[in-house]
Amino acid sequence: MRVTLPRITFWRTVATLLLAAAAVAVWMRFTRGLGATTHLSDRFPWGLWIGFDVLCGVGLAAGGFTIAALVHIFHVKRFEPVVRPAVLTAYLGYLLVIVALLIDLGRPLQIWHAIVMWNPRSVMFEVAWCVMLYTTVLTLEFLPAVLERYRLRRALGVMRHVAVPVIILGVLLSTLHQSSLGSLYLIVPQKLYPLWYTPLLPVMFFVSAVAAGLGMVIFESTLSARAFRRGLELPLLAEIGRIAVVVLAAYATLKLADLAGRGGLDLLLVPRAETWFYWAELALGVLAPLALLAVPRVRRSPGGLFFAAVLMILGFVLNRLNVSLTGLEAYAGGGYFPTWQEIAVTMGIVAFGFVAFALAARYLPVFRTSEADGTAALRRRLAEEMRLAPGEAA
Amino acid sequence: MSTRQAMLIDIPMCVGCGACQAACKEENRLPGEAEPALSATAFTALEEHDGAYVRRMCQHCLDPACAAACPVGAFTKTAAGPVLYDAAKCIGCRYCIQACPFDVPRYEWQSTYPKVQKCRFCAPRLQRGQPPACAEVCPTGATRSGDRDGLVREAYARIAAEPGRYVSRVYGVEEAGGTSVLYLSSVPFEQLGFHTALAKTPLPELTERALSKVPSVVAVGGVLLYGIWWITNRRTEVQRLERQLEDMEARSRGEDQ
Repeated sequence: MRVTLPRITFWRTVATLLLAAAAVAVWMRFTRGLGATTHLSDRFPWGLWIGFDVLCGVGLAAGGFTIAALVHIFHVKRFEPVVRPAVLTAYLGYLLVIVALLIDLGRPLQIWHAIVMWNPRSVMFEVAWCVMLYTTVLTLEFLPAVLERYRLRRALGVMRHVAVPVIILGVLLSTLHQSSLGSLYLIVPQKLYPLWYTPLLPVMFFVSAVAAGLGMVIFESTLSARAFRRGLELPLLAEIGRIAVVVLAAYATLKLADLAGRGGLDLLLVPRAETWFYWAELALGVLAPLALLAVPRVRRSPGGLFFAAVLMILGFVLNRLNVSLTGLEAYAGGGYFPTWQEIAVTMGIVAFGFVAFALAARYLPVFRTSEADGTAALRRRLAEEMRLAPGEAA
Repeated sequence: MSTRQAMLIDIPMCVGCGACQAACKEENRLPGEAEPALSATAFTALEEHDGAYVRRMCQHCLDPACAAACPVGAFTKTAAGPVLYDAAKCIGCRYCIQACPFDVPRYEWQSTYPKVQKCRFCAPRLQRGQPPACAEVCPTGATRSGDRDGLVREAYARIAAEPGRYVSRVYGVEEAGGTSVLYLSSVPFEQLGFHTALAKTPLPELTERALSKVPSVVAVGGVLLYGIWWITNRRTEVQRLERQLEDMEARSRGEDQ
């Protein structure tokens, strides 16, 4: 038997390089400490790892609970094919957030303390429990895909019985988690620039996460369709785009009404760096995709839909970076910019997410729904691969 | 000691001799010479602002943001007054540093197993009935320690006795809900680098307001979601049964013919 090496492609090379750089950076971080490998300081204790890896990682996973709720609670069954990829994204997102946390925490070996040493007054305590519980719930939500792959019918039967409570729990936990990440910043009213500081931070984080989650579903489904020639039909994604219009409109209204309510509208015209970042977030990340998706012709074209989804995701990422970095720079006296190690770890984590998603989509029944469907298609694919194998080896 | 200990720092009285810094280093066995700013090895520092010496240190808030922020309860406001940190609990999330309105906690960034460092109000000395090392050593009486209520009264008495010498504000009485370190100054506090816009409400109340909604989100959300599921599920169930019934009727009609 001959071992066939994986083909070397452009993206595989990129992913390998990114992962290698991240491995070096992680090794340096643990042998030399945070001070030597990051630009974090007492004035700026949270950097890119919290702002991007954690805040965005959790937020982009929001498609998982949004779609799961839509299908299993509201019984909008036509979205069923999207549930698996969305739950997979969420699951990977959360696992990677935990990886990022272990790298960022000063004393990662004591991370389990949150389980036994309780401080219910702490938002971070709520965050910690949400991460733990929702990761467990996501494991349960994604488990059927693995069980189907190995045809463990009895376990699947058990899963079906607990499915509804698990999904309800998932929706509740991620609602709490998305909002609690916003609540983290409620305690720094004097530090966070007023364009972003509002008592409604938890609500803002929740609504924007729902929008970003929908954007991620469109994004990953389109990419998967391209990569595996197995994705989702466009009409379904167009309809998700239509739901996104409603969510984005609600978010934009909430954002501006809140700013007006706090008497902060004039901040929109103050010539400062923060103003530009806020406008970029609002105009490019919220209003532009809103306008694009509101046009049926754009929504129904694969390119237009994908572009709008990318804008939504970028807008969301910018918002989280604005709250966690831009908005705090002025108070801290400016000057935080991540080191190459911080950037390498972040990019490595993103690359790892892409690789893990691709592998899961390839080897697990992610882009199909019912068990019967899954096994039939699996058999088809096995047959296909057996036919292909001799050709490849030759 | 049953009374809540505090410190009164009278800025015009301070001559900037640095005895407090030296005593602090010695008491806490911190390495190095006096430092110009707070650090992981300097729990107090003297800042000079146009001839006025301002001693920085942990304010030991009455309702500390760090204690509310810490997920594992590594910070506690003790009954005696000091806000204490327990490194054995700490997971290193640094939310305390982010949350502190006075920018006090310092991190051992160079360490591979870092701790948070800050003034402990000489808690072990308080237990022995001694004042904090800095207060004991201060030659001019610029730093005094004692029961908080007594010191607040004394601070206002000093202002009343010499209104020309002091601005009529005792920093720390109300800031961020009140602190255990109080300051008197001859120039407006904002000129000395103090955060003067801090609200009177303790910062933890801001996060508590959000956290207090968690139980109702879970309860209402859970019931609501289950209710919606029950209704939509019932609807599909009924549709399925109706279709079955129609099929059966159609079949029996077929048999009749």
